[in-house]
Amino acid sequence: MPALLEVQDLKKYFRTGSGMLHAVDGINFSLEAGKTLGVVGESGCGKSTLGRTILHLLDATGGRMSFDGEDITNPKRAELRGLREKMQIIFQDPYSSLDPRKSVGETIMEPLKIQGALPKGDMIAETRRLMDSVGLAARFENSYPHELDGGRRQRIGIARALSLNPKFIVCDEPVSALDVSIQAQIINLMLDLQEERGLTYMFVTHDLSVVKYISDDIMVMYLGQMVEMAPADELFRDTRHPYTKALLSAIPIPGIHGKTKRILLRGEITSPINPGPGCRFMARCRHASEGCSQPQTLEECSPGHFVACHIHGEIV
Amino acid sequence: MEEQGNLLEIRDLAVEYHTDEATIYAVNHIGLTVKKGETIGLVGETGAGKTSIARSILGILPMPPAKIVSGEILYRGNELLRLPEREMRKIRGNKIAMIFQDPMTALNPIETVGFQIAETIRQHDSVSQVEANRRACDMLEMVGIAMGRFGDFPHQFSGGMKQRVVIAMALACNPELLLADEPTTALDVTIQAQVLEMMQSLRERLETSVMLITHDLGVVSEFCDSVAVVYAGEIVERGTVEDIFDRPGHPYTLGLFGSLPRLDATERRLKPIKGRMPDPTNVPEGCRFCDRCPRAEDRCSKSPPAESEIAPGHAVKCFFAPQR
Repeated sequence: MPALLEVQDLKKYFRTGSGMLHAVDGINFSLEAGKTLGVVGESGCGKSTLGRTILHLLDATGGRMSFDGEDITNPKRAELRGLREKMQIIFQDPYSSLDPRKSVGETIMEPLKIQGALPKGDMIAETRRLMDSVGLAARFENSYPHELDGGRRQRIGIARALSLNPKFIVCDEPVSALDVSIQAQIINLMLDLQEERGLTYMFVTHDLSVVKYISDDIMVMYLGQMVEMAPADELFRDTRHPYTKALLSAIPIPGIHGKTKRILLRGEITSPINPGPGCRFMARCRHASEGCSQPQTLEECSPGHFVACHIHGEIV
Repeated sequence: MEEQGNLLEIRDLAVEYHTDEATIYAVNHIGLTVKKGETIGLVGETGAGKTSIARSILGILPMPPAKIVSGEILYRGNELLRLPEREMRKIRGNKIAMIFQDPMTALNPIETVGFQIAETIRQHDSVSQVEANRRACDMLEMVGIAMGRFGDFPHQFSGGMKQRVVIAMALACNPELLLADEPTTALDVTIQAQVLEMMQSLRERLETSVMLITHDLGVVSEFCDSVAVVYAGEIVERGTVEDIFDRPGHPYTLGLFGSLPRLDATERRLKPIKGRMPDPTNVPEGCRFCDRCPRAEDRCSKSPPAESEIAPGHAVKCFFAPQR
């Protein structure tokens, strides 16, 4: 199966007063149609920037991207418009990502209006169909976002993202602001929609239990770089990178039996401004040794399982 | 009547918020006890009333619009709700301290962290500035921040460090009861692990009782001795962590567990609780969970179930609770 999205050596740097901030620094991956890639990492690791750079909401500093067999690294204006129909985003915060002055119906219809392919009557019918498919009752069509709770607002965000029938959706922490019982409803909805429409997701989150649940593959990011990527089950079963190990062990498991030993990290995430050439996790890693100050290369330790640590085989 | 070892006892507490349009029934006649040295978790979703309970204890509910319409809160046998503000100030921050969810807003941006901790100490103990500074340094060390950062301002710290400062400030007067309102929710998991580990060791060392307010069942299972599950202003189930995690009795508690994506899950779909929490301005007459409950019958919508104890210390507010 050919990849829907291919990303090579993608870089996004920001100029700051104290130097270059390496938000995304040489990311490579390919994503097959109909699959979900989970991207995890802590705040500031560059996971949201990665999603936004792929969607051209931010301009890449370097690297190449192709989508559906076409190069999309530097699209022209007209191409970008076509691209936006195929690639969409669902934002984290359903409270601030909706226009408070637009009704639910208007919000969902807006992309259709901009596209301008349908007569008005069809747009209204399509809007109702979209509302139905995300589980929003028709009576909310004329409601405004402030009248609805977080779960329903997130359903609006999903309906709007789906309105132009995209192939690929970047989901940027779509359930992080929701309570567990509502979160479960939204996750199930997203899985249903994926099955029905053959959607491809890039699911950006810091919640590792959610990401394991919905992803086919998981990429772990640390300070702009990919430290490990593997099929979801394998990442949890055969964890290789010391950072991934610490991250997984830090998740509080809701249960009172069979506690695992927690690996406590020293210190906090280091600055992404002008980072050195070596392993960026070195300062917090308990296995750090001399070889770590050299640049780490990504090694495929088993099919589809990549790790960027020169001693991953030696540590337990 | 007063049971030995109860540090805090809440009886029949009811809190309402009165606005021009409506009355919000935030806390509906709840009872709860915290024993000396115990850590109790208050679990529930946004708007369940957890924070209103904690704020009632400290007497910091915004009044108006809030109004405590009934109940007593006994701290070492003293009724806090009738205490004059002057007396309450001696307890607040001294005997009972609170950690708020957002460390970014809990600190004064234009004072150094050391000054802010020392200020808390001087507020309650008549010690010299030098002595207060020395104790503030000790507190910083205790939460794992180098003494050299005494003179730094909040913006010079990261989120996890700021939360440590807030914890240092809360513990500066050796409180007997710590109310922690989502203390790690704004933090990353690796930092959360550090902060919880630190709170755990401080709790053991200082024998502080803790009321931990959270929506994270994972944190509860690791950190608490007992649990109260709060739903729409009521405690629907309470018991030890073992009771709640091994033998959950209320359909809402079961629903919460079904909603969690688990690391050991094999099914392709979660089992969410259908619907959403009732509008707090218009709560159902019967059981408040009735509309979402898979087991609901006629009687559930007619009158609220009473709390029944299904095992010693394990109580469930449901008609279907197995009887002892």
